[in-house]
Amino acid sequence: MPQTPAILVEDLRFRWRSDLPEVLHIPALQVARGERIFIHGASGSGKSTLLSLLAGVNPPSGGEVQVLGEALGRLSGARRDRFRSDHIGFVFQLFNLIPYLSVLENVTLPCRFSHRRRHQALQSGNSLDAEAMRLLQHLDMADDALIHRPVTELSVGQQQRVATARALIGAPEIIIADEPTSALDSDMRQAFLRLLFQECGATGSTLLFVSHDRQLEPMFERHVALHEINRPQAAH
Amino acid sequence: MAILSLAWKSLLNRRYTAALIVLSIALSVTLLLGVERVRVESRNSFANTISGTDLVVGARSGAINLLLYSVFRIGDATNNISWKSYRHFAENPQVAWTIPISLGDSHKGFRVLGTNGDYFRHYRYAHKRQLAFQQGRPFEGVYQAVLGYDVARKLHYRIGQKIVIAHGAGMTSFTLHKDKPFEVVGILAPTGTPVDRTVHIPLQGIEAIHKDWVSGRQVAGLHISAQQALKMDLTPKLITAFMVGLKSRIATFRVQREINEYRKEPLLAILPGVALQQLWDLMGIAESALLLVTVLVVAVGLVGMLTAMLAGLNERRREMAILRSVGARPGHILLLITGESLLLSLLGMALGLLLLYGGLLLAQSHVESYYGLYLPLGLPSPREWLMLGLVAAAGLLIGLIPGYRAYRYSLADGMSIRI
Repeated sequence: MPQTPAILVEDLRFRWRSDLPEVLHIPALQVARGERIFIHGASGSGKSTLLSLLAGVNPPSGGEVQVLGEALGRLSGARRDRFRSDHIGFVFQLFNLIPYLSVLENVTLPCRFSHRRRHQALQSGNSLDAEAMRLLQHLDMADDALIHRPVTELSVGQQQRVATARALIGAPEIIIADEPTSALDSDMRQAFLRLLFQECGATGSTLLFVSHDRQLEPMFERHVALHEINRPQAAH
Repeated sequence: MAILSLAWKSLLNRRYTAALIVLSIALSVTLLLGVERVRVESRNSFANTISGTDLVVGARSGAINLLLYSVFRIGDATNNISWKSYRHFAENPQVAWTIPISLGDSHKGFRVLGTNGDYFRHYRYAHKRQLAFQQGRPFEGVYQAVLGYDVARKLHYRIGQKIVIAHGAGMTSFTLHKDKPFEVVGILAPTGTPVDRTVHIPLQGIEAIHKDWVSGRQVAGLHISAQQALKMDLTPKLITAFMVGLKSRIATFRVQREINEYRKEPLLAILPGVALQQLWDLMGIAESALLLVTVLVVAVGLVGMLTAMLAGLNERRREMAILRSVGARPGHILLLITGESLLLSLLGMALGLLLLYGGLLLAQSHVESYYGLYLPLGLPSPREWLMLGLVAAAGLLIGLIPGYRAYRYSLADGMSIRI
């Protein structure tokens, strides 16, 4: 059976309100499964908007987004939410963690909302906590002293690794990273990316990495500049 | 359930604010239930003032007036009734017992009640409880007195002590029946009713001290000593009222009509239970006002919670965005915030109950000895459960306000975090 692409975008249009100008018009974008793609865009170029469309948080004003062969526009709001929690893991720029949960609770959080990811996390034969520990170990975060510290006391780099473990738990097919390295220094960035690649490789996840920072571009196998694929109609 | 455990952890994270909210709800719930309990118990104790008496009979006036002076010793009778009429109805074949009472004198602010031994045999209060003696016995001689519990306690009287009755019901009276002192022979156990504040003497005693008095004044030049009075006929000519117990309650209305239609003297017979209810209804407005105030206090407590939750909401938009990104639906966010306020209300109610019972335990004996009000420690009554249920429902409804706002935020914000 031929595999559907991870992401397929056709004639995608988006405006915040019908009386506002179009902010996004992407005629075509395809991301294959397992691909690691770097999407570059300056601040305010619509990166976050694109991600929210790909994740099905906002419905497009026109065109279609298919994720893993599923046309998001045809799903109800609740189904889109479920689809997202089952298949997509997120890492954001900063303050990714819920301050009142422990490190392990933060990592296993998606399993509270997605049966599929819970099921997949448990398939390894581990308990949820053990699976979280395994991921944290891969990210050099399995230190007992770190695990039991309140998440607000972790360094930014440590927080990002916890957030990454959370995105990876239950092996979602797609990982979306929205400027996850912007708060890290250059050395940390490279190390962080290597860890991210390694984990995506291990689960076969597709990685969508969005950033305004072109320094990281060479580490990816495919680069897309948002301003090249996005052709919004001029405001009138 | 997952989302409620998140709500719980989120509250623990903000435990100081949460504790203050819980405390304010708890205090308001304590006040609400405390007022309710005092209200119910004072109503019970009010209704318990007289029990087992089928009719109260006095001169024709108003039902409440008759009840007030005959049972509560408040106010005065407009008129007396004749001993003849009393005897007429006391001998009615339907009547099991009667208690004649004669009021009008006092002792140091406490009312003096003239009666006979039937009072101690037949008078009942609070679910047909009989009067009990803490010390001593009922009076037998003319110049003997039995004191209510409060009278003896406040005036430090003992058995064997002599007391002087004052003419009239005022707190200070200058006309004393000094020549005919009464010996205390009995002190009653506390009842929580006006009996505790009454000095009981025999009807003959009342008659004896007024032998040399005519229309409220001592007759000049006439002096009859205590010993002389004993030799005279001390059958009273007038009494203030009498209480009636019937052989069968079925006859109540018939006997009542007979008394009310008695041709030889205008009399009024009332059913004490009905008159008590009427009297209580008069006080019902104050009662409702008090309840309204406590309901408002609960509302203030809940509005405090609303304020705190709305104020904290903006700071928590990031938290909600993260939850959305890991798969929480907007409905989950609504449940998270509303669940928090429900948890706060429930905790507040639990603590409020704890404070209530703690307070009752501490205040119980004090309130009973000073106000004659017994506050039971029993489980919440159905009405109290209903109140608690309403507080919980109000907490939930109020939680829907920040819950709905958070829901709207999470729909608008999605996962983008604009802070």
